[in-house]
Amino acid sequence: MNKNVERLQNGIIKENPTFVLMLGMCPTLAVTTSAMNGLGMGLSTTVVLVVSNLVISLLRNIIPDRVRVPAFIVIVASIVTMVQFLLQGYVPSLYSSLGIYIPLIVVNCIILGRAESYASKNPVVPSIFDGLGMGLGFTLGLTLIGIVREILGAGQIFGAQILPLADASTSKIGYTPITIFVLAPGAFFVLSVLVAIMNVIRAKAEAKGKPLPAAQGCLAGDCSSCGMSTCTGKSSTVEVAAPKEDKE
Amino acid sequence: MSDLLNVSSNPHVRDKVDTQRIMLLVIISLLPATVFGIFNFGIHSLILVAVSIISCVLSEYVFEKIVHKKSTVTDLSAVVTGLLLALNLPPTLPVWMAALGGVFAIVVVKMLFGGLGQNFMNPALGARCFLLISFTGPMTTFAYDGVTGATPLALLKAGEPVDTMAMLLGTTSGTIGETSALCLIIGAIFLILCGVIDLKIPGTYILTFVIFIVLFGGHGFDTNYIVAQLCGGGLMLGAFFMATDYVTSPITPNGKILFGICLGVLTGLFRIFGASAEGVSYAIIFSNLLVPLIERVTIPRAFGIVKEKKGGDK
Repeated sequence: MNKNVERLQNGIIKENPTFVLMLGMCPTLAVTTSAMNGLGMGLSTTVVLVVSNLVISLLRNIIPDRVRVPAFIVIVASIVTMVQFLLQGYVPSLYSSLGIYIPLIVVNCIILGRAESYASKNPVVPSIFDGLGMGLGFTLGLTLIGIVREILGAGQIFGAQILPLADASTSKIGYTPITIFVLAPGAFFVLSVLVAIMNVIRAKAEAKGKPLPAAQGCLAGDCSSCGMSTCTGKSSTVEVAAPKEDKE
Repeated sequence: MSDLLNVSSNPHVRDKVDTQRIMLLVIISLLPATVFGIFNFGIHSLILVAVSIISCVLSEYVFEKIVHKKSTVTDLSAVVTGLLLALNLPPTLPVWMAALGGVFAIVVVKMLFGGLGQNFMNPALGARCFLLISFTGPMTTFAYDGVTGATPLALLKAGEPVDTMAMLLGTTSGTIGETSALCLIIGAIFLILCGVIDLKIPGTYILTFVIFIVLFGGHGFDTNYIVAQLCGGGLMLGAFFMATDYVTSPITPNGKILFGICLGVLTGLFRIFGASAEGVSYAIIFSNLLVPLIERVTIPRAFGIVKEKKGGDK
């Protein structure tokens, strides 16, 4: 069970997909105009991640290695289609505000990355927790960005007005929304500042002598948790995988 | 004897010109336009200029204190940024917006990219566009003599007659520093005489722009229309004082000309075919982003180096 907790922690803190791995930047920048959108996108992705990791982990000994990517995509696309119909049926407002980004979850690199690097090589239960951890980490990142952008850009959190707006016609003193934060440039500003803050916290913790577990990458030799498919270090993993195929 | 034969590495000849001196000359050259703007628009514009400069200098000082860097406030570049930002603001803007713009210019556009010499776009214009996108209403409200009205450039775009003489002198509505083409040209001549800027960038910029509006402006070679386009909006301010910013313009001679052409075409496109009447600031910051590419294709050939023939025998 300890490994499952480790997987959760890995996804949320150590290898947070938004702030550490920098994966899934397209929805991260595009849909986080409000906290609700960020949360909705994050949770939808979490559901897809958990179910796809579960299914792929179950099928990991059946899927031939050579066609694994198309197989993963078929599985992920089926799950995304189900999630899309559920959202359309039960939360139509969220569905319309997320728009094209729901079907695009199919090609979200976090999901394919976890399928490729974790679920296809590990047992079912840790894979579920891996998906859950990564999904929650993604949700955390998106919701944080959404909250900051919504406060600065509209003075609201989750749609509730927390900063009273200024009104020029009645000369009421209040907050004037900085519109740029709900537009595309604001996403980059907020993301970069949040990543910088995370790095400062990490550096401070390391200086104090109790380092936060850093992203291991391939330096520590743990290729199973690395999402970089283009990494040259992957060759060793391929070599490990090849004899297994022969055995079958 | 030992002095005579002392071998040191270059540079051997040192000039008095340093950043502080150049910035001081730029400030002096901007004074006519600033004083005219304050005289033209009243006391609130003086407050805006002061707040913008203080905000820029203070954010530079505080940021460098926080990140434990040597303070560069004394090189006056933050003062120039603050002054240019203020000249680009409408005279009725709330004071806190000018202060916010100053913080954005220095902290986000300049300091986060490494300070003076490293910024990838003009800080004052970056901040102006930040404010323009964020607070579109206050940033596009231009009042003159207490009456809010369209700028001459907006009138021109709408096809209405404009007073070209007033535009040349500056007694029209607009941002604090852009209205008086005359004062800006006086400042620009001073800068050129001092050798701070040369005519390559502003010259090609203005020439390209004139050619563009003659071709596409829909008025043909109408002198009145051309002069109105040249004196209206931020063209003079942008061409002489912001496009020539050392950090964000190419250093190669051919690159400067290419940069000027880019600016002229973009400004023409934005003004004639764009949705809004003005496009100088967007044209400049967009061309700022092209500078590394422009420099790459215009590196002068060193003496004695023969260019390799393409498709030659191998």
